Amino acid sequence: MRKKVTIPQLITISSPICLLLLWEFCSQFEILDPRFFPAPSLIIQTLMQMGETGELFTHVTVSLTRIVFGFLLGVIPAICIGLLMGMYRYFRHFFSPIIMIFMPIPTLAMLPIILILFGIGEFSKMITIAISVFFPVAINTAAGVANIDKIYVDVAKNYQANAKDFFFKIALPGSLPVMLEGIQMGQAIALLTIVAAEMIGANSGIGYLIWMNYKAFLLPQMYVGLLLISFFGYFFSLLLRGIERKLLLWK
Amino acid sequence: MSKIEINQLSKKFIKRDKFIEALQDITLSIQPGEFVCLLGPSGCGKTTLLRILANLEKPSSGEVMIHQKDKEKPLQSMVFQENGIIPWLTVEENVAFGLKMRHLPSAYIKERTEYYLYKVGLTNFKRLYPKELSGGMKQRVSIARAFANDPEILLMDEPFAALDEQNKFILQEELLSIWQETKKTVLFITHSIDEALLLSDRILLMSSQPGRIVKDINIEMERSRSIEKVRSDSAMTDIFLDVWEHLQNEVKQARL
Repeated sequence: MRKKVTIPQLITISSPICLLLLWEFCSQFEILDPRFFPAPSLIIQTLMQMGETGELFTHVTVSLTRIVFGFLLGVIPAICIGLLMGMYRYFRHFFSPIIMIFMPIPTLAMLPIILILFGIGEFSKMITIAISVFFPVAINTAAGVANIDKIYVDVAKNYQANAKDFFFKIALPGSLPVMLEGIQMGQAIALLTIVAAEMIGANSGIGYLIWMNYKAFLLPQMYVGLLLISFFGYFFSLLLRGIERKLLLWK
Repeated sequence: MSKIEINQLSKKFIKRDKFIEALQDITLSIQPGEFVCLLGPSGCGKTTLLRILANLEKPSSGEVMIHQKDKEKPLQSMVFQENGIIPWLTVEENVAFGLKMRHLPSAYIKERTEYYLYKVGLTNFKRLYPKELSGGMKQRVSIARAFANDPEILLMDEPFAALDEQNKFILQEELLSIWQETKKTVLFITHSIDEALLLSDRILLMSSQPGRIVKDINIEMERSRSIEKVRSDSAMTDIFLDVWEHLQNEVKQARL
């Protein structure tokens, strides 16, 4: 069965195409300076070339590895601490000030300390991502637990749920919708952080690719880096949305 | 030996520096297998009384006692007002909730869950999530969950208050038919006189704040009852008028 393309879908697809066409046109006819704004067709060409040499692949895998491991390194403790904060008052009182103190500091501002503590290897990049992901996820998880309707807590109590059952049957699934919003946010922040971190203190990765090509004034190559970030950002949010849909069938 | 015993129970709240006396000196006993309705104006502390029995709140003074005949059975299970079923569990998992929380053998859980799903007519809906159910179906799940748990007593907090008339009558009769099969002791809260007359062996009338039991009425009408029979029975009509007058006075006094 073939799906019919609806008008809203057509409009959605048309806007990026229009933008690209406009860009291509302006660049080709030098309305925009093609040295700074190379035509999309040229950027795609450059992408192909860089892909063939295999150089691109290394940068991408390096960045993705950092993101995936850093993300997990941040999300897992964030969920645990968030759930505990949501469930137990004393945990909340204990951890809130610590989170409030560290949250306003941009993780990038802590990069020097991270480099001192963890060296200049891969682990320090993962830690940087982990820290930046930790806060939105922990806070949203705690808020998710706090938002669980009181009546379900009463139901669990009335039907004699023990602490473990309460955790897995009520607190975890009940906080999931808000927690997943936090994870979505964390995903966006992770991408932001890794690119910036790679610009400052790395010699591989997509951020490094952008920065080095800018310095060498190889702007089409730089745009390839930007294109990749846009692509992966979109890909990750689609992936998370898919997972969300699977997990929140009951919503 | 009575099933539920409440002795000089009182409950005080502090709300914005003010003492609120929700329940005052309540003493009563309920016999095994009795269906008792607590009837009173809204805000009279009916729900507080039920929540104390459900161990969700502590009394300020006095005591409540539920007589446990079988050590294996839970003391009480509650049917909540509305939205009491858990949205992230399927119908089946909701009905099995109490049994699962008590970690009973899975074959036994399955058998009892199936039985009560059948009893409330939800067998075909067991894999659905609550969002896909109507209000009446949700309350059926809630009732099935409480009965499947097989407690010593059942507590019901206006379970049908949010339903439309037709659904309410249907569910009331379904509840009676399950109850007659199990002969559980039930304490049922309502503000509907019709509902109390249809369901109960005994009506306890409460005053408005502070909540006290002001009248204890036995309903002699034989079962099985239906709303038509209750409405056309002259003895019942007298009780209706009596209760109606009392409730009106309570509401008026509360307004003065």
